[in-house]
Formats: sequence, structure tokens, C-alpha cells
Amino acid sequence: MNRENVYTDLLYPGHMACAGCGEVIGLKLVLQAAGERVVAVVVPSCLGIILGPFPYSSFRIPVFHAAFETAASSAAGISNALLSKGDNETIVLALAGDGGTTDIGFQALSGAADRNEDIIYCCFDNEGYMNTGIQVSSSTPQHAWTMTTPLGKPQKKKNMVEIMGAHRIPYAASACACFPDDLRIKVMEAKKIKGMRYIHILSPCPTGWRYQEKLTPTIGRLAVETNYYPLYEIRNGEDYRITHQSRNLPVDSYLEAQGRFSHLTRRDSDAIQREVDRSWDDLNRRLK
Amino acid sequence: MRMLITGNHAAAYGARLARPQVIAAYPITPQSPIYEKLSEWDGEGTLGGRMMRVESEHSAMAACIAASLTGVRTFTATASQGLALMHEMLHFASGVRAPIVMVNVNRSLAAPWSFWSEQTDSLSQRDTGWLQFYVADNQETLDTVIQAYRISETIFLPSMVVLEAFYTSHFMEPVEIPDQAQVDEFLPPFEPAFRLDPGNPAAFSQTVTQGQYAQFRMKRHAAMEDALHVAEHVDTQYQGQFGRGYGLMDCYRLEDAEVVVVTAGTIGSTARVAIDTMREEGRKAGMVRIRLFRPFPKTQLIEALKHVKKIAVIDRNLSVGQEGIFCGELKSALYSWTERIPVFGFVLGLGGTNVSPLHIRGALDFIERYDHAPAKPIFDIEGCNE
Repeated sequence: MNRENVYTDLLYPGHMACAGCGEVIGLKLVLQAAGERVVAVVVPSCLGIILGPFPYSSFRIPVFHAAFETAASSAAGISNALLSKGDNETIVLALAGDGGTTDIGFQALSGAADRNEDIIYCCFDNEGYMNTGIQVSSSTPQHAWTMTTPLGKPQKKKNMVEIMGAHRIPYAASACACFPDDLRIKVMEAKKIKGMRYIHILSPCPTGWRYQEKLTPTIGRLAVETNYYPLYEIRNGEDYRITHQSRNLPVDSYLEAQGRFSHLTRRDSDAIQREVDRSWDDLNRRLK
Repeated sequence: MRMLITGNHAAAYGARLARPQVIAAYPITPQSPIYEKLSEWDGEGTLGGRMMRVESEHSAMAACIAASLTGVRTFTATASQGLALMHEMLHFASGVRAPIVMVNVNRSLAAPWSFWSEQTDSLSQRDTGWLQFYVADNQETLDTVIQAYRISETIFLPSMVVLEAFYTSHFMEPVEIPDQAQVDEFLPPFEPAFRLDPGNPAAFSQTVTQGQYAQFRMKRHAAMEDALHVAEHVDTQYQGQFGRGYGLMDCYRLEDAEVVVVTAGTIGSTARVAIDTMREEGRKAGMVRIRLFRPFPKTQLIEALKHVKKIAVIDRNLSVGQEGIFCGELKSALYSWTERIPVFGFVLGLGGTNVSPLHIRGALDFIERYDHAPAKPIFDIEGCNE
């Protein structure tokens, strides 16, 4: 038997995620691939709910529930503390949502990337402040409905993988909870490298995206297969590689499956398709 | 070893002698020379710990908290705006019972922009659950940093050692630097029972119920009350080993004093000069310089002041719309004493303006003229504006 594909689950059942949560699938995969010699930081987000209330924990690894904007700075503090004790084996994980990463924690993340802190930062992107009840974040896509953008978000989604690549960190990647092998391989690749590693994990959210819970795997796969959310990695800010060849499906199939896009006109969805095509061409031009 | 150094460098020497394993810092006037000195030692390979040159004070405190929970000794230093930016994390540090030691160099808060001494920055952090020591000179700065680690690591609450912009931070004085071996003997390695450890997984600072939260808050308060005895004990031990002790407060010519100045920081050193002059003239003047502000030494202050006739509190700080903060705290402490001692609140030296022996004398002259203290702070003393 090939033992390489046997993983230990480090997330207990009975956690408090919503039914159909994409984020908790991603979390389970990240913890499986990271292994047991890990210290994690979570910050307020759905992750804090999944972790559970005192004195319980759904994590089988040591975890610090830190302040909202401090995923990167707290993880860096732990990493330096371990290094000061001569421990350069333990993996330090920073686990945050998209609000905690792309908005309020952005400065601390950029600082940690600049210093090339020895951490693996995972952003679980459900494209909004879902834990606080579906408010817009800078990672919410254009036109999406949220409680604070009832007419749809006017601005485009912030592209964190490119931003982290531009910090020239050793490893930055996009991943999706609905591509388990691709996600686990990226975590294991990250483990082989020292310094700042960033993995952005698209995490479909039935509660906030307005679709039936059972559709989570389908929605996540459609995001990738339409090139709406390509899976790729960037090493040292310049070495690009696409890790899943998509089927180039029309973006409508992704948009139509979700209530948050139900108000879109034909003109809107055509514009989104053009933007997806442009971004896809742009990404392909960066490949060597 | 005796060296001529600034208050900032005394703080840096104190920190290095305590052997912190993680130091996270960010520059701000007038604290930067502490950060620079530690970096210089880091460059030489004589610092001992790991230096994190973070992108903000908020991240500095976040990193210190997480490192402390990982079971290592931590240090940072800041001032003014940097301390205000840390505010959220100060509550967090005491909440997770991380015994961090931080030096804050008192500097006036914007707006408008100003760089000089005022205590409102640290006093605004009164309710964050940090011990606060206000020091008067460079030697006391170094000694208090070392003492603060021992106290904090006993009660598991963080400590702030507060010196003043330029008056202490940039002024050079002869300072006795203790031997490393002696400090090691006084301050054993930090070995907390609970820490982030892959060998023993546990979750830190989880979400709690209302009742659990109340319990955690009361435990923090109980630890803060213990801090009074621990601080006294540690100071006595320090005096035994190094020959220098400071007490929770510095009482000067207080035994038979009738009019007394109560203050904190460098104004305390100035007050000694004024009081000596007044004593030469046969006037019964004395001084109390409050060194430990949190926890507030209430019973010790009553004991020290219960025989005096009138008190002039001189505050280099202001709670806008109320009064000087030490004045308000002292009035509150004295309320539980059966006798009513008039407490006159003077707010002097804001924004780093000079408080001379003339001001101290003027304040004591003023309180001798009146039987009742005004409800409002006194900002001007006639004849004292140079």
C-alpha cells in the first residue's frame, strides 16, 4: 500500500461550521498535509467558529486564537520564538479569512512577507465577511451581492496571489477546497521551502453565496474550470506554473449557480466573461 | 561597571541583561535609540535573542504576545502614537497573561504634533491590565526593567516601564551596569507551564461564555492585586542583591511634613530641590513620587500621607474635561481614609514645558493660602511663568 496518500486527520468532527462549508474542507486538507508538528494561529473569521468555544478545540494541534489583524504578526512571533529555542522543524501556520488577510491584516501580512518570516500563511477566501453575516470585503468579486452591497459590489476583487508574488516571496499559490490533491500538494511543496509561503484557498460558502449546501464541490470546480479562479503557483515572484489545466467552460455556468449573482444582466455577465478572458491571457503570458 | 549613558541606553542595557529571546520593535521618536542600541548589539552578535524589525507597533505587540505564549521572554519599546496604536493588543497581552516587558517613553500625543514629555500616552492605557512603573532617572530605568521581568513572570501580567521624553530618554547620567551573572541569579529563565507546544496541543484564548469571561476578568484583577506585594518583595530582594531599591513610591522628607507634593517621573527629582530649599527656611514640606501606578498602592499612600495637612498633586498629563490623572487616582484612594485631606490638583508641564523648583514652591505656597481645594485643575501659578 502506498502510505504517501494516507493522512492523519487533525480536525475533530463535531466542529461548528455551517452545513456545506467549503472552508472547513480546505482547513481539513491543509491540516492533513501540514502534519502534526505544527503550531497554528487562527484569527476571528469562520475559522474561530470552527475552532469552537473554551474549553473545547476542534484542532488536534496547538492553536492561538489571536487578534483579527495579527495572523501574520502572531505567526511570525511564534516562528521567532521557536527559532530562538533552536526549533527549526515545527511548521507555523497562519490561518485567516479573506477579510483578515486582504483588508485588516494586509499591513501585517505585507510586513511578514517583506521580512520573509518562516511561516505558511493560508487565506481561506469565501469572498466576504461571512462570519459577521455576509458583508463586502476587498476579496468580494465585482457585481456580487452582499448585505452591504445590496446592488452588487462596484469594484473588482483584489488579486492577492499576484500581490504576494510581487513581494518576491519563495512561494505563493492559489488553491481551492474543491481540488483536494492540488491543495495538499501545494501545502507539502510549501513545507519543503523555508521563509514566507502564501496559499490563497477559494472556499465556496453556501450561506453567503446563496446556493444549496450540496453544490459546494460543483461550485468550487466551476470557479476553476471557467478560469474565473485559476489554480497556479509563483516561485520567487517570477516562476509561474499553472497546476490545473481548466476546461475553459463559459463563466455563466459558475455565475448562474449562485444567488449572489442572480441580479446580473446579460451585459454584466458578458463583461465578466471578457474580464475573465483578459485575466487568463495575462496569466498565460507570465508562464515561461 | 559604571557608564555615562542616556535613559534610552539604560533601558536597552536593562533589557539585554534580562536575556529576552524575542525582541520586536518599530522606530518612533524618542524611543528609537533603544531599538538602535539593541540592533547594534544584534549586529555584533551580543544581543542573545532574535530581533524582529516589524512594520508597526501593533505588529510588535502581536509578535511579543504570540512569542510569549510560545514560552519565551520578550521585550519591546515604544512611545506616544505607537503605544496608542498598540492599545487593542495591550488588552490582549494581559488577557492571555503574557508577561511581556515594554518600555514606553512618555511623549505628547497628536494632534497637534509634538515630541516632548507628557504622561497622557501611558496613563490612557490605565485600564489595559498592565503594571505601570514611572521612573525618575536612568539608573532606576535599568533596575526597573530587570525587576519588571521578575514581577511579571511571577503574576503573569505584562509590565510597562515608563520614562520621559528627552528629560530621561536623552539625558546622560552615570549608571551602574550590573554583572550578567548577578542578573541571571536574580532572574531565572522563563519557563511557563502552559505554552504553544506541538508535543502538548492546546488552544489559547478561545471564545468563552459570559460567566467564563467574568471569571477570567476577576482572576486578572486578583493577579494585579498580588502584584503590589510581589513588587515590594522583588524590590527588597533587588536591594539586597544590588544595593538599590526604590519602593512602590519615593517618600522624601515626609515624616513631619504638613504640605506635600505628590507627583511622578522627573518632576519628583525637581521637587526634591524645592523641598530642600523650603526646609532650610523652616517650612515643613515633603514629597511623594508615585513609582507604581498600576496596581495603585492605595493603602500604602494612605499610610504615607495620613498625617499631612494639605496635598498638591502635580500632573504632567490631563484627562480632558476632568483633571490630572494622578490627582484623580489619589483622591479616589484617599476617600477610604476617615479624615478629609484637601487635595489641590495642578496640571503643569504639558507638552514637555518646564516644571522648575519655582513651580513646586509656587504650588506649595498656593495650597497654604487656601483651606479648600478647587474642583478644577490649576493650570497657572502666579509668578511662576518664566
